[in-house]
Amino acid sequence: MAIAKKQSAALAKQVFEYAPAPEAIDHVHVDPGYGLFIGGKMVEPHSKKRFPTINPATEKKLAEVSEADAVDVDKAVKSAARAFESWSHLAPSKRARYLFRISRLIQERARELAVVETMDGGKPIKESRDVDIPLSAAHFFYYAGWADKLEWAFPNRKPRPLGVAGQVIPWNFPLLMLAWKIAPALAAGNTVVLKPAETTPLSAMVFAEICMQAELPPGVVNIVTGAGKTGSLLVEHPGVKKVAFTGSTEVGKLIQRALAGTGKKLTLELGGKAANIVFEDAPLDQAVEGIVNGIYFNQGHVCCAGSRLLVQESIAEPLMEKLKRRLSTLRLGDPLDKNTDIGAINSRAQLEKIQGLVESGIEEGAELYQPECQLPERGFWFPPTLFTNVSQSYRIAREEIFGPVLSVLTFRTPAEAVEKANNTPYGLSAGVWTDKGSRILWMAERLRAGVVWANTFNRFDPTSPFGGYKESGFGREGGIHGLAAYLDLT
Amino acid sequence: MRGVRSVDEVGADERAASLAKRSIKKASKLWALDLAVRCMDLTTLEGSDTPGKVTALCAKAIRPKPGDPTIPSVAAICVYPARVADAVEHLRGSKVHVASVATAFPSGQSFLSIKVAETEDAVRAGADEIDMVIDRGAFLSGDYQRVYDEIVSVKEACGKAHLKVILETGELGSYDAVRRASILAMAAGADFIKTSTGKVQPAATLPVSLVMMEAIRDFVRETGRPVGFKAAGGIRTSKQAIAYCVLLYETLGSDWMTPELFRLGASTLLNDVLMQIDKERTGVYQSGDYFTID
Repeated sequence: MAIAKKQSAALAKQVFEYAPAPEAIDHVHVDPGYGLFIGGKMVEPHSKKRFPTINPATEKKLAEVSEADAVDVDKAVKSAARAFESWSHLAPSKRARYLFRISRLIQERARELAVVETMDGGKPIKESRDVDIPLSAAHFFYYAGWADKLEWAFPNRKPRPLGVAGQVIPWNFPLLMLAWKIAPALAAGNTVVLKPAETTPLSAMVFAEICMQAELPPGVVNIVTGAGKTGSLLVEHPGVKKVAFTGSTEVGKLIQRALAGTGKKLTLELGGKAANIVFEDAPLDQAVEGIVNGIYFNQGHVCCAGSRLLVQESIAEPLMEKLKRRLSTLRLGDPLDKNTDIGAINSRAQLEKIQGLVESGIEEGAELYQPECQLPERGFWFPPTLFTNVSQSYRIAREEIFGPVLSVLTFRTPAEAVEKANNTPYGLSAGVWTDKGSRILWMAERLRAGVVWANTFNRFDPTSPFGGYKESGFGREGGIHGLAAYLDLT
Repeated sequence: MRGVRSVDEVGADERAASLAKRSIKKASKLWALDLAVRCMDLTTLEGSDTPGKVTALCAKAIRPKPGDPTIPSVAAICVYPARVADAVEHLRGSKVHVASVATAFPSGQSFLSIKVAETEDAVRAGADEIDMVIDRGAFLSGDYQRVYDEIVSVKEACGKAHLKVILETGELGSYDAVRRASILAMAAGADFIKTSTGKVQPAATLPVSLVMMEAIRDFVRETGRPVGFKAAGGIRTSKQAIAYCVLLYETLGSDWMTPELFRLGASTLLNDVLMQIDKERTGVYQSGDYFTID
């Protein structure tokens, strides 16, 4: 009893500290090796080559996946072309039925998918659990509803599917990007060959199982894993009628060049350097949350991340103080811990890119702020970072960092805010924080960005189109606009 | 007062919801539950309160779990002014404070002279904490000056007693109004700002508490004077209590995790917390019969 009493007194003195709360992983099965998903089953690659995929938080190998070569890609495209004959003529309501089934299976296997996504990509479990997986299911639900209503979506246009879609997706939201690509393509009556990113192929492998579970006709969805080479083999394959790519602007330009003159339809969703604009009348505490969510969500691995903060000069000081305080409460660490806010950087290459750009920021004269934060010894980590005294001409204000690094600039008038926000080769998204409704509309009219968020940031919904201006790409995903990209409407 | 910065409702709700998802386990859970007991204002505010009822509550306040000295006393007993003397008598020698509601609780619809007199009488009877209500009628009609002056007068009547100002957020209608009332109360001299009387629905909610804590944070930044926060009404489970601890920790920080600056007003929460403490220590739930129902 005396000891217990001592313990209680000791408790009163200690500081509150969260005990580890790791998500269970024993319910998840990962194969040691995966083949390619072609013609409705997992097949051994012709290349006989495999490469490892690791957990970026521990650098431990999770599994080996196949590297598809030209023969494999050809096989996948031909299988999709064969399946297109019957899939495109299937009653639309039956296509919808398969999509609904896939959506429900994603929900049923949500916990497993969330853990796989977090282990393979490094993102915090709370994000994969609450954002990635539910949104992926929502996309399939949404487009399932459109499958038998295409005539209503495009009145007097006779919508017809295109054929085989070749789709290449990035590593930041592996399953969600898969859903953005596959759901509208199938709803419109196309068949697909999808290539996931080489660092995050596992959730796509689970998705292949889901396709089999849903008894999706063989060849409607084919998944080939590999790196950039496999991707270029896919988009350049003559059997592919439509290419959809999400990734870097650099690769997007290569694809557009390669596709010139081929008659293939193309949509590109590329990089961004979004401005998050805070006016002096903004609700500051919520703006701080929006700024944090805008740039530190998914370690900043978000193409529409609010990586440039434009603050009206009159409130720069209190806002910075609030933001710095908030940064010190961000919890960085084990992505599987339910209380983790910031997980691991996706790969060593990405970490080095971030480090390089941050060094350039320091060299060019920006002022660095990082909260006290202990980085785990193994794995790839980068603390939440803030740069003040940034000029438009600094690399950290112009180039996409794709990491948890925020550049802060100030402005004096709404016109100056618009000018600075638009002064970038990109144009994917923007955020406006103000209490004044008319100013939101005034800004939205002038900002050259595909998405403008008002008093919020990084909010996604399947019904809402998403895509860029300028070097952020063209074409829209999500909503009715997302369907149009997969249909012949002439 | 109309110049007070606004609150975005969607954003505040979202932030509160995300903090409610924190997973508090093992040692951290025990810590939070221990804090919940230490910061509890054990409350009875019924027309049917008698000296006997208050006596029993005092015994529970001093020793929440007879036979288990590891469980600390609660922070205070909260009663109507007429029951203050009973509480003072039975809490003598303990460190448990006596809080009295006052100023025509819960509506606040009476004369200033009566509110001041009620406060003075409660303090004279031995209350060292006063939980006053603001005049929502005046606040909602835009007469902020009247609300302010009233708080100043009651604060004066309190003397050395601590003043908690109840905003009754369930009647204010918007987070903007909650923030405005919080700033007003603190500027007028409140030692604590408190969400609700418990007599109006909705009572305490996480987003409203977040908005009030953020107002405190801004007030401290401007003035350097720390003001406490009390959530009251509808907090019945350990899980809710832990959520308030998390909100406090991530908004105002560890410095506020003390009975001097944080209170939970509740009438039925205590036994659930005791039960969860036992569960955390032993791994099994005990029957409700092992927890006294004073």
